Amino acid sequence: MNDTVITAKADLVLTRAKLRKERWKKYKQYRALLIMMIPAMLYYLVFHYLPMYGVLLAFKDFKILQGVWNSPWVGLDIFEKIFHDEYFFTVLKNTMIISLYKLLFGFPVPIIFALLLSEVMNARYKKLVQTVTYLPHFISWVVLAGIFFTMFSLEGPVNTLIKLFGGDPVLFLADPRYFRSILVITSIFQGFGWGSIIYFAAISNIDPQLYEAAIIDGAGRFKRMFYISIPMLVPIIAIMLILSMSGILDAGFDQIFNMYNVQVYNVADIIDTYVYRKGIVEMNYSYATAVGLFKSVVALILIFAVNRLVKLIGGKDHALW
Amino acid sequence: MINVKKSAPDKLIDAMIYFILAVIMLLTLYPFWTQVVISLDGGGVDSAAYSSGIVLFPSELTFGSYKLALQFNELWTGYGYTVLRTVLGVILSIVFTAMTAYPLSKKDLPLNKAFTSIILFTMLFAGGTIPSYLLIKELHLMNTVWALVVPGMIGAFNVLIMRNFFRSIPEELEESARVDGAGYTRIFTQVVLPLSKPVLATVALWVGVGHWNAWFDSLIYITDPDKQVLQVVLRKIIIQNNTSDITLLIQNLGKDTSFSGRQLQATVVMFSILPMLIVYPFIQKYFVKGVMIGAIKG
Repeated sequence: MNDTVITAKADLVLTRAKLRKERWKKYKQYRALLIMMIPAMLYYLVFHYLPMYGVLLAFKDFKILQGVWNSPWVGLDIFEKIFHDEYFFTVLKNTMIISLYKLLFGFPVPIIFALLLSEVMNARYKKLVQTVTYLPHFISWVVLAGIFFTMFSLEGPVNTLIKLFGGDPVLFLADPRYFRSILVITSIFQGFGWGSIIYFAAISNIDPQLYEAAIIDGAGRFKRMFYISIPMLVPIIAIMLILSMSGILDAGFDQIFNMYNVQVYNVADIIDTYVYRKGIVEMNYSYATAVGLFKSVVALILIFAVNRLVKLIGGKDHALW
Repeated sequence: MINVKKSAPDKLIDAMIYFILAVIMLLTLYPFWTQVVISLDGGGVDSAAYSSGIVLFPSELTFGSYKLALQFNELWTGYGYTVLRTVLGVILSIVFTAMTAYPLSKKDLPLNKAFTSIILFTMLFAGGTIPSYLLIKELHLMNTVWALVVPGMIGAFNVLIMRNFFRSIPEELEESARVDGAGYTRIFTQVVLPLSKPVLATVALWVGVGHWNAWFDSLIYITDPDKQVLQVVLRKIIIQNNTSDITLLIQNLGKDTSFSGRQLQATVVMFSILPMLIVYPFIQKYFVKGVMIGAIKG
């Protein structure tokens, strides 16, 4: 009996040594590739993980001279301050309202557009429409904001139309009643063409035999759209919808930051713009970091929840991981 | 698809769809067209271009405001920094992203899972604006071009796309090079990279347009007003409505001041988007391809 134990132990030691040796061999075999990974790992450590470590600021009273490490801990004091800050809730509310509006009105547009576009048989016309409608996606929000300032100015085309129909001109970009609508409209303008790519591709991938069978059965164009194209799009629509839920706290920093002004802060100030002003402008680093951290954590929770949901509905194929 | 003879109502619907799409195209282009018209309009302060709202053509063609804008130094330095960050940013991104993606494309690379998780986790969680800002400050990168090109150098998404492309290259090609005695480094530079031009081009264009349009990093990391990229110079002129520099320039040059602020704004808008408009039709298809690659799960 003793013997067997000893031999078993010896075997174990041997296999361990063998494993180690094999692993070592593998490391040696891949040495060049492992060395190749070093810059990337250093980069991720410094530029992604150090800032993650920096979120500790949210639990400290940051003193510039003492740095992140030496500033005194204050526990959850800053979060307590935030949750007693009425303006924070205004900002949170704005963020969610603007996102939801954009989702509600902006989400269906690329789908409808892709359906329309897929009805076009002339390849050159189709290409032209695509080229033109993708364009705004490539223009920065700085420039787009400038263009919309002209479009919505008092003497601009939109107000001219309003005056033409006997209405009174409106200062759209400085009026809290209209500002959010302007945000929604301009974000649709910028994104609908680009957003349609994925749906358009999905429609192109539908088996043409389905349409052929429908034509033989006498289904007209609308019947084909409603009974083939749209049902075939439902899975991808569901996934895109759920995925966009995880970005509910991203109301569009680039757009809003370039278009808003003091008159509309009450309806347009979002978490990201608030973080910028609190942190970079007012140098209230701990407070701004804490607000940002709140957003990151909510986003992280949402993305896990969303991935769960996608797996439940669409199966593993569509899940993020 | 089988050809069925189209019925009359069907043709009507076809015509309607073509018409609706034409209207959508016009609505997309019109805002850009207004800028073209306003910038070229020679009608002076009271010109039709910006006082009568809906305009289709300049009442009188002039390049005066372009000539004026050409003498606006800030615009040129802005252009210089934008070109610099774009070129440098694209080169760095491509080199380091490919170097990261290639090892990860080998499924039995030791620690592959760990490396991949480290990279992918950054897609889910980030430190945020303020910690990144303080980091750049601590590293003394403020007011350098490195603050603009290094922080976003290796994007997780781009790594995934490249890794998947590298994986799709037939193993036999690498194998035969190995038999000939080539090591990984040589295989990477002489076999894999030349075969990966499509994905390299896609990622390069993606990164390039991102750099061309970027403004926020320059706004916070560059405090020296003489080192700002084009988008921030534009921001100053268009959004903060700070045309005083231009007005001053006009006065210094002794030029007629019939160019209004809005006309000059439209002109600088045209200046900044012209290069994009010229290359856009040619690069567009690479972007679409990129979206499609990205949609396929890695």
